[in-house]
Amino acid sequence: MAQCDCGKSALAPPLQPAPERRGRLSTRLTWRDIAGGFRVRCGFGRDNYRVAPGLYSIGTPGADSVVLVTANYKLTVDTVRRELAGLDAWLLILDTKGVNVWCAAGKGTFGTGELVRSIQASGLAQVVRHRQLVLPQLGATGVAAHEVKRATGFSVHYGPVRIRDISTYLAAKKKATPEMRRVTFNWKERLAVALVEITGRLRPALIALAALAALQLVSTGGITTHLAADAAPFLAALLTGGILVPLLLPWLPSRSFAVKGAVAGLPVVAVSLASIPMGRLEALGVGLLVTAITSYMALMFTGSTTFTNLSGVRLEVRRALPPIIAAAGAGAVLRIAGAFIR
Amino acid sequence: MRYSMRYFLNGRTLVLDSGLCNGCRRCEEVCPHAVFAVKNRKARVVNREACMECGACRMNCAAGAISVSSGVGCAAAVVSAMRRGDNSAASCGCG
Repeated sequence: MAQCDCGKSALAPPLQPAPERRGRLSTRLTWRDIAGGFRVRCGFGRDNYRVAPGLYSIGTPGADSVVLVTANYKLTVDTVRRELAGLDAWLLILDTKGVNVWCAAGKGTFGTGELVRSIQASGLAQVVRHRQLVLPQLGATGVAAHEVKRATGFSVHYGPVRIRDISTYLAAKKKATPEMRRVTFNWKERLAVALVEITGRLRPALIALAALAALQLVSTGGITTHLAADAAPFLAALLTGGILVPLLLPWLPSRSFAVKGAVAGLPVVAVSLASIPMGRLEALGVGLLVTAITSYMALMFTGSTTFTNLSGVRLEVRRALPPIIAAAGAGAVLRIAGAFIR
Repeated sequence: MRYSMRYFLNGRTLVLDSGLCNGCRRCEEVCPHAVFAVKNRKARVVNREACMECGACRMNCAAGAISVSSGVGCAAAVVSAMRRGDNSAASCGCG
């Protein structure tokens, strides 16, 4: 080629309108948004609940209005826009593949690269006069503010952890209080994440129920209402590991989640053995299985918390998983044997 | 946060080189557990036990004064990485 004109075209204004310039977002949720939010909070269709990424307007923003950045998980977008009622702002929605800010930042999809791409694809520099962005603080895990500045000229301000503090933060000239910067994990937050987790256990629970029915059929020649008594300890274990452990998390002893789960399982074992007539082998089998289930579920809850770290989780998995698997295996053998030997 | 909301090895891999620190306060700004405090233009680790090693501070330290081995503290991700036979557990299975 005789001459290269790439330098020129990079400076020329874009001929096409920016592909990721979007319309206005309402700050009011419809009943469908609310129903959708309820559905994904229960864990259904959570992986494909997203909004088209790009630059949206809230209210009637101008060239000096604040630019907020968020993820394209629709539940996140809905929570954000509802909190922005009464404000005039630009909302830059990154393509995080429908994942919330903190998790996407951990994966790097809410990251420096995607933010830089999104700023360019939306033509943000032509929309606003200033060069300031407000990101959610929890996005910082994926974004290097100094690199964004270098690549785009935009300065990154990390806003509050929770969007409900955004108007206070903006009114205070982008100053966050220490409380706004702290992640919490109160019982409401623990319950909300626990409900998502427990929906994921429906399938193994149904498989376990089918196995219990098959065991009863083979060992007694029929299926009776006694199946309810057979299933009761396991249902109790599921609810204990899935809901009670998250709720009681700060009060259950030990730093180990597996131990917390096993401790929470003990009353389930005690009540089951006291109230349901079983043979010795069966009782031992149920005891081991229930403990393994509550312990395992508690261990898996590490991923839902706001304070566990990777090296600690690796350590605990290495230590706790072998005994949990051994207890579950031995428990299953004893439970099956107990159905035949009474 | 309640004292029992602590975990094994919290903050063990966090290293701050005060010689490189330029006192920009970014670490204080991004940390969700108030692990850092900046005094006299130097950051200090004041709450190591609360550190969940998310890596936000290292990511935003333009001076390169912070190192931390970060990742998602999720047992499901660790177990599935073990089953795949890779030891990195870099990404979680959710979403």
